[in-house]
Amino acid sequence: MIVAKRKPFEEIMSLLRDYKKVLTVGCGTCVSVCLAGGEKEVDVLNAELEMARRIADNPIELGARTVERQCDREYLAELDEEVKDYDALISMACGVGIQFLAERYPDIPVFPAVDTCGLAVNQAVGHYEERCRSCSSCVLGLTGGICPVTMCAKGLYNGPCGGTNKGSCEINTDQPCAWYMIYERLQRQGRLDCILELSHAADWHNQVPRTLIQPGYKKQDEEAEK
Amino acid sequence: MSANETEMKSGSNLEKMLKAGHFAFTGELGPPRGTSAQDVREKAAHLKGVIDAVNITDNQTAVVRMSSWAACLICIQEGLEPNFQMVCRDRNRLAMQGDILGAYAHGIRNMLCLSGDHQLFGDHPTAKGVFDIDSMQLIEMVKGMRDEKKFMSGAEIEEPPRIFIGAAANPFAEPYEWRVYRLAKKVKAGADFIQTQCIYNMERFRQWIQQANDMGLTEKTFILAGVTPMKSVGMARYMKAKVPGMDVPDEIIKRLQGAGKGKVADEGIKIACEQIQEFKEMKGVAGVHLMAIEWEHRVPEIAEQAKVLPRPRVD
Repeated sequence: MIVAKRKPFEEIMSLLRDYKKVLTVGCGTCVSVCLAGGEKEVDVLNAELEMARRIADNPIELGARTVERQCDREYLAELDEEVKDYDALISMACGVGIQFLAERYPDIPVFPAVDTCGLAVNQAVGHYEERCRSCSSCVLGLTGGICPVTMCAKGLYNGPCGGTNKGSCEINTDQPCAWYMIYERLQRQGRLDCILELSHAADWHNQVPRTLIQPGYKKQDEEAEK
Repeated sequence: MSANETEMKSGSNLEKMLKAGHFAFTGELGPPRGTSAQDVREKAAHLKGVIDAVNITDNQTAVVRMSSWAACLICIQEGLEPNFQMVCRDRNRLAMQGDILGAYAHGIRNMLCLSGDHQLFGDHPTAKGVFDIDSMQLIEMVKGMRDEKKFMSGAEIEEPPRIFIGAAANPFAEPYEWRVYRLAKKVKAGADFIQTQCIYNMERFRQWIQQANDMGLTEKTFILAGVTPMKSVGMARYMKAKVPGMDVPDEIIKRLQGAGKGKVADEGIKIACEQIQEFKEMKGVAGVHLMAIEWEHRVPEIAEQAKVLPRPRVD
């Protein structure tokens, strides 16, 4: 899932300084699961903001709404009437949701209340680890199901580098060396030949905004354009 | 161009020395954290005539310094052949290829292709690390530019850079069994010579070079053994505990401790010279790369003591 963490409170306060009536919009999917921007977090943020602004003698009127997904038009449509009553919106969705909300209501300022941190797995309650950088050219088939682009601090395709430190990465002993893990797993599977060959320079696809249309929908889409 | 030169890949002094069968002796020079050309000249003066080529580090330990190619040019002016170090951390493939063309145009003939220390270690820990390509792919790219006369894109280069291509190898980082295969990959990618990580664990190094010999790698590339004399017990302890991929056996630390007050640095040099003596005799080792960190002024006495002087001349 996409994981995010709440922005520092002072930053959110600063973004909202000039606004008196604000709707905080949560998202019921990824950020809700990772405890950053769901219904509960919307209520907590609003309570904090309300109190802080009252103390600062600059009261704020806050609304709260959490939609199923902010990255889906169908769910955002639920807000169309309500947003008209506000002079700004806070989004607690990931960066995708924040932008989609801003795109739908171009006349109203939209402010982020979270920082989006990546595509991660849930290791324990409240503990998430990044696993994918969505590079568009997956090499997991050759690397034992461990991503060198994400898990190696240098994103090496031909590791491990000389900084491997007894199985840890040179940046931090708590961070396992991706290439050490790749080596161990491939060895266990008898597939070290996968990394004996040189891996050539990557074609970076994630350098421009990417559009994805699944094959089954391509024709339909083209026809719609006509 | 003589018949001999046409067989040369770059015609650098280092390449000529190695191909003539001489035991090579290279050194290192760290550029200043400022604009002082004089600083580079003074360090170069200690090394001229004592070593065959000098590695010029590239923002080493991810700390900003005078750029490697610029310090290389100053060394050329001083009559000292540079080995241009290039890391993958700070440039993408466009900048790298552009710098290689420019470096060659100014007379640079040797390169050492490295991944580079992670930016988190340095003075700009929040910088964006580039790593567009890795060290293996950099070696491949320089070889393609030289031998195929092509940029990485496949476009032709009119007057290609003829670079003697170097790479690093660490025989000590885990997994040990994989280290020689990684060396094999670098050789396959196009590494003409290898400079190793600082060696302290001689036993492990002997095993690694034996594996490289058995796999025929030492016939395809020249391996220069990395030597860094210990200046103090503190330095040895620090390298053992803090420098990733470094293998410093306790015996080294004990020997330095036993040297007595004021004599530790001399003992460090003595250990380094004993290592160099052994490397001279070791099958598969073509030379020594002396990394006397911020100790350029002591390189002449180390060279003297290690009996690698005078340097042979090749033309």
